[in-house]
Amino acid sequence: MEVHSRDYRARARSIITETPEVREAVTAATQTFVEHRLEAFAECDEHALSGWAERVKSHALTHLGDYLEEAEARLVERGAHVHWAETASDVHRIFETIVNEHGVQRVVKAKSMLSEELSLNPFLEGCGVEVFETDLGEYIIQLLGEPPSHIVGPSIHKSLDDTRVIFHERLGTPRDASPERLAEAARELLREAFLTAELGVSGGNFLVAETGSIALIENEGNIRLSTSVPRIHVALVGIEKVLPRWADLSTFLQVTAKSATGQPVGTFVSIIQGPGGSSGGEPDGPEELHVVLVDNGRTRLLADPEVWEALRCVRCGACLNICPVYRQTGGHAYGYVYSGPIGAVIGPGLVGLEETLPLPFASSACGACADVCPVRIPIPHLLHVWRQRAVERGLTSDVERSALRLLTFAATRSRVFGWAGRMAAFLPEWVLRRFPLLRDWSIGRETPKVDGPSFRELWDEGIE
Amino acid sequence: MRVSLFVTCLGDRFFADAAADAVRLLRSLDVEVDFPKNQTCCGQPAWNAGHVPQARQMATHTAAVFADADYVVLPSGSCTAMLRHTYPRLLESSAVAERSYELAEFLVDVLGVTELGRGLEGRRLAYHHGCHALRELGVEEQPVRLLESAGAALVPWEMDQECCGFGGLFSVKTPEVSVAMADRKLDTLPDVETVVSADGGCLLHLDGRARRRGKPIRFQSLASALWEARDGGA
Repeated sequence: MEVHSRDYRARARSIITETPEVREAVTAATQTFVEHRLEAFAECDEHALSGWAERVKSHALTHLGDYLEEAEARLVERGAHVHWAETASDVHRIFETIVNEHGVQRVVKAKSMLSEELSLNPFLEGCGVEVFETDLGEYIIQLLGEPPSHIVGPSIHKSLDDTRVIFHERLGTPRDASPERLAEAARELLREAFLTAELGVSGGNFLVAETGSIALIENEGNIRLSTSVPRIHVALVGIEKVLPRWADLSTFLQVTAKSATGQPVGTFVSIIQGPGGSSGGEPDGPEELHVVLVDNGRTRLLADPEVWEALRCVRCGACLNICPVYRQTGGHAYGYVYSGPIGAVIGPGLVGLEETLPLPFASSACGACADVCPVRIPIPHLLHVWRQRAVERGLTSDVERSALRLLTFAATRSRVFGWAGRMAAFLPEWVLRRFPLLRDWSIGRETPKVDGPSFRELWDEGIE
Repeated sequence: MRVSLFVTCLGDRFFADAAADAVRLLRSLDVEVDFPKNQTCCGQPAWNAGHVPQARQMATHTAAVFADADYVVLPSGSCTAMLRHTYPRLLESSAVAERSYELAEFLVDVLGVTELGRGLEGRRLAYHHGCHALRELGVEEQPVRLLESAGAALVPWEMDQECCGFGGLFSVKTPEVSVAMADRKLDTLPDVETVVSADGGCLLHLDGRARRRGKPIRFQSLASALWEARDGGA
């Protein structure tokens, strides 16, 4: 997808001031996720699970080539086509070939953040293919023409009433339709799509190397339909999704579901190991299975010794849910497919720091995300690494650089420091407000009073 | 026992009375307080914004200032976290880190104080946990216990552990989001007379926002609240 992160502040401001209901919807939904997550982990040893998950993921990433080739071999044995795609254009070419070979006119899609990252829908539509998002949340934002606002809940920024309006306009449901009625309307339309589409597209939560199994977690059943009803299934799998052993999978399924929605495990888990009718594979299912192993910047991120740990991410969204910065705006402010704390650390790695600034600075450094990550990604530390690099590459503002140089000059000379403090106390507020940093402080806040004696002065007078 | 007070730059300029209260409190507990006059800023503003060489210069200065201190006590959670967790990385020495304590942490964990006095009898307070005190220092129970043992009623606040939105330069680089975060804190605040916190940055930010909105809420430094607990509010 296109990256619009540079406008972060302007987008955030406009969301907060012009659509305050977004802040309310996102805050309410994320708080609910957080509560459910806490309940889900209350019944097990979270620390043990995350420590184990961290180590399995780190091991897989540091032996990535071997495990990917193992997965490929298992899949090919069962008749799947395995493609290696370095860039989004490579993925597009693979789809173009499949679409042309099979005369594909309709595609049903399971929710896949990777497909958003690759701008797959606009590409397919450009090929004249009709694309149906079949996850209800994705379907809603597809109708609205918006990108997802959350990794797990793409329409988290929308209220029930927003959905009523768009369904009323597009599907003719009553303006005051119940949630059940809305789901029924979507179901009717999507059932027809499932039965007529030639191609189903999914992502992949995990890819087990030992068995060549793609695991998919969902709650609606649409993924199972998308991957089994159409004649062809294409699974897009980020190369970082690999797990070494079959025995690893059950724990990752639990950790991911607990972290994402607080469920013990997703309502549906689909395990796909080959096309239908294949020897030793699936008794039924699509005639053709294509697995596209997607790099799109991941190898470069993996090779970066300071930030590679971000690739452990299982896309549970727990760091978004707990993030007080994310809660004020939802995901659209970030201008990048992955929002929130994790987006701000993988974005610079996948598409470049210059393109994703100022996302690493869109954090108050509160550290809440580090506490909830099920694979222990040190997100605050990684944010700081990207901040350092932004400074080193001269990408931060001159005002900030000058201000911090002045502070450093004064703070390493205690006489200057004391003198500067006294000066500040003498300056009237209207003068102080002309300094850029203080001007921005006075957006929404009164400036603090600096007219009393400093502690130094009190100490010199003697404290009784 | 002798401690060196690191008043911090915000403490020196904006919370001078609270820092003086910290001195009174420590002296009342038979602790000798020293104030090295050449202390300045710990370097956290530069560190948080990614300006590492500047942060290192300030850390070097501060470490030299407190080189001979038995204990460094700070009326600030985030500056303590800077000394404890960041200085070892910047300076390749954990000498200052090991001897630095946030005020309430020092009182409870080092001095073993369980009760300061009953000076907060009948007061209704909300406590804002600064993020770095809470998550980096693990200071959660100490201030709460000291305030409650002085008779204060700490009113439950669902957002008491959520970031207020200050975040150092974050507050001026992304002011609209920063202010929205403060609003979430203020809008969920229970009916209390005073909000207490160990962190000056949080207090300036929340107080600045509350005043802009015309909300009559009193914000108080933990050091002052603890001295009130000790001194009976006289």
